[in-house]
Amino acid sequence: MAILSTPRSAVQLASKGRPLKEHLFRIALMASLAIALAFLAMLLLYVVEKGWPRLNSMLWENQPSIRRPETSGIQSGILGTLWIIALTAVMALPTGILAAIYLEEYADRTKWYNKLIELNISNLAAVPSIVYGILGLGIIARWLQFGFTVMTGAVTISLLVLPIVIISAREAIRAVPPSIREGSLALGATQWQTIYRQVLPASIPGIATGSILALSRAIGEAAPFLMLGAATLVRFNPEGVWSSFTVLPLQIYSFISRPQEEFSILASAAIVILLAILLLMNSVAIWLRNRYQKRW
Amino acid sequence: MSAQHRTTVPGTRGSLARSRPRYGEFVVKAVLLTAAMVSVATTIGIVIALLEPTVEFFAAVSIGEFFGSTDWGPLFNPPAFGVWPLIVATVEITLIAVVVAVPLGLAAAIYLSEYASHRTRKIFKPVLEVLAGVPTVVFGFFALTFVTPLFRNLFPFLDLEAKNALAAGLLVGVMIIPIVASLSEDSMAAVPNGLREGSYALGASKMLTSVRVVVPAAFSGIVAAIILAISRAAGETMIVAIAGGFKSVFTLYPGNEMSTMAAFIAQAGSGDASVGSIAYKTIFAVGSLLFVITFAMNYLSARMVQKYREVYD
Repeated sequence: MAILSTPRSAVQLASKGRPLKEHLFRIALMASLAIALAFLAMLLLYVVEKGWPRLNSMLWENQPSIRRPETSGIQSGILGTLWIIALTAVMALPTGILAAIYLEEYADRTKWYNKLIELNISNLAAVPSIVYGILGLGIIARWLQFGFTVMTGAVTISLLVLPIVIISAREAIRAVPPSIREGSLALGATQWQTIYRQVLPASIPGIATGSILALSRAIGEAAPFLMLGAATLVRFNPEGVWSSFTVLPLQIYSFISRPQEEFSILASAAIVILLAILLLMNSVAIWLRNRYQKRW
Repeated sequence: MSAQHRTTVPGTRGSLARSRPRYGEFVVKAVLLTAAMVSVATTIGIVIALLEPTVEFFAAVSIGEFFGSTDWGPLFNPPAFGVWPLIVATVEITLIAVVVAVPLGLAAAIYLSEYASHRTRKIFKPVLEVLAGVPTVVFGFFALTFVTPLFRNLFPFLDLEAKNALAAGLLVGVMIIPIVASLSEDSMAAVPNGLREGSYALGASKMLTSVRVVVPAAFSGIVAAIILAISRAAGETMIVAIAGGFKSVFTLYPGNEMSTMAAFIAQAGSGDASVGSIAYKTIFAVGSLLFVITFAMNYLSARMVQKYREVYD
């Protein structure tokens, strides 16, 4: 008889209302996500509210000043960040995308050197950014004698974002189904023609999304620049790749390090500018992904 | 002779090869391989940059003093080189971060992967990405000027210093939530639906299915995500430099100011030590230690995925 009786869980499934435990679990999960997002919301509200009085044109028209925080700007930081990002885009994106093509399309995974490259990239992606600062200081600034210049900063940051570019570009290339390649090869195209005319055009949206996210990581990075002599308040704009410089996150750091409340307000205003740039880049990346992502 | 050889081995390269090789294709492959080798060169560069000054450092300071003493003050006179205060601070802040990030991140991942509708997921995943993209100076600023004063008002009995490990650790935790959440969600989404359906067919509820079927099936990915998050927390610099401070006194109480390994590197590297001095070489010695620790954790994370991955198909 016991065998024929309905199991309790089946009764639960049949009944409309779910037991309390299920509800509580669901609420706890939603609450966790809500808490994480509440931090983000609080942070945004806090910096906008605090930086509001200083969010005016003085911010990007003036240079930073230690003596007059109330009229100090962040122009050298904004321009320094733009220089670094432009150079990083020129150096890291082509290198990363080419490396991704090699690893996805050419590399024979049974070969030891290809395994080494793969292992190496996943390890580099998790190396702390301050260690890249040491690389920049020891090798690029001193050994190659690039000095504490825009070039040193850009090369260091390019090496830092390179693994991120490679990993996301590989994912985008992998998403192109093999049938596309086989069709192209069957029509007599060479391997490079197949990649250049079929695989790359199909994976461009994915590669672009990953590249934008990698560059936005580069914009927010401050730790490596601390090691590259960019910490001091620079009161002039960079004039070329061999000029000394500062970047926006470091300028914010130097404002935060000062005790006066005016600098705290100034830091908030600068953070709002930095976050606005990053949000814009993130939105473009997400829009690109939603607009052009193909399901094969 | 050779023609016969070709026919006996069909399908090999030799049988289909062109009479005239395409040099352009070789050039392309060589260029691509060079691009891939840049990453290997980066690792070699990091090791060289760290190794030489570290060796010089240990020629002047014994390993016994470095790992055997709890006095740290390479910038003081007389200098002291016991690295333990830095290690303790790093471990403590990382622990606080893990306590914050693992439950929240994991729960968010279960919600997004198992409970949320397609629409909800499409909204919240990008928002988590935005959280992941917030620069760490911003988290540090928030910890220093908002969280610490708030905690000092709410919990005066904690006796927090203006810079403290608690607020720094909390915000490092918030920083790594998206890493835990998004990587765990990926591995949960990869669990085939047949497993869930099987579980429902046996009468299990949604909660039981999530906790007893999906999470165990995605376990290797989840653990790898957590290890990766830990290594990110251990190497985080700006939050701890801003909100955790630079004081390196041997202390366990998280309400105190304490300097982690990364914070020390930032402090000494941004100009407090003159080039070539023993204090300057300390930066590289501590950097080597940090590099080795994070490298070991990444290796562990990769091994976990390889060893315990459940393969479905």
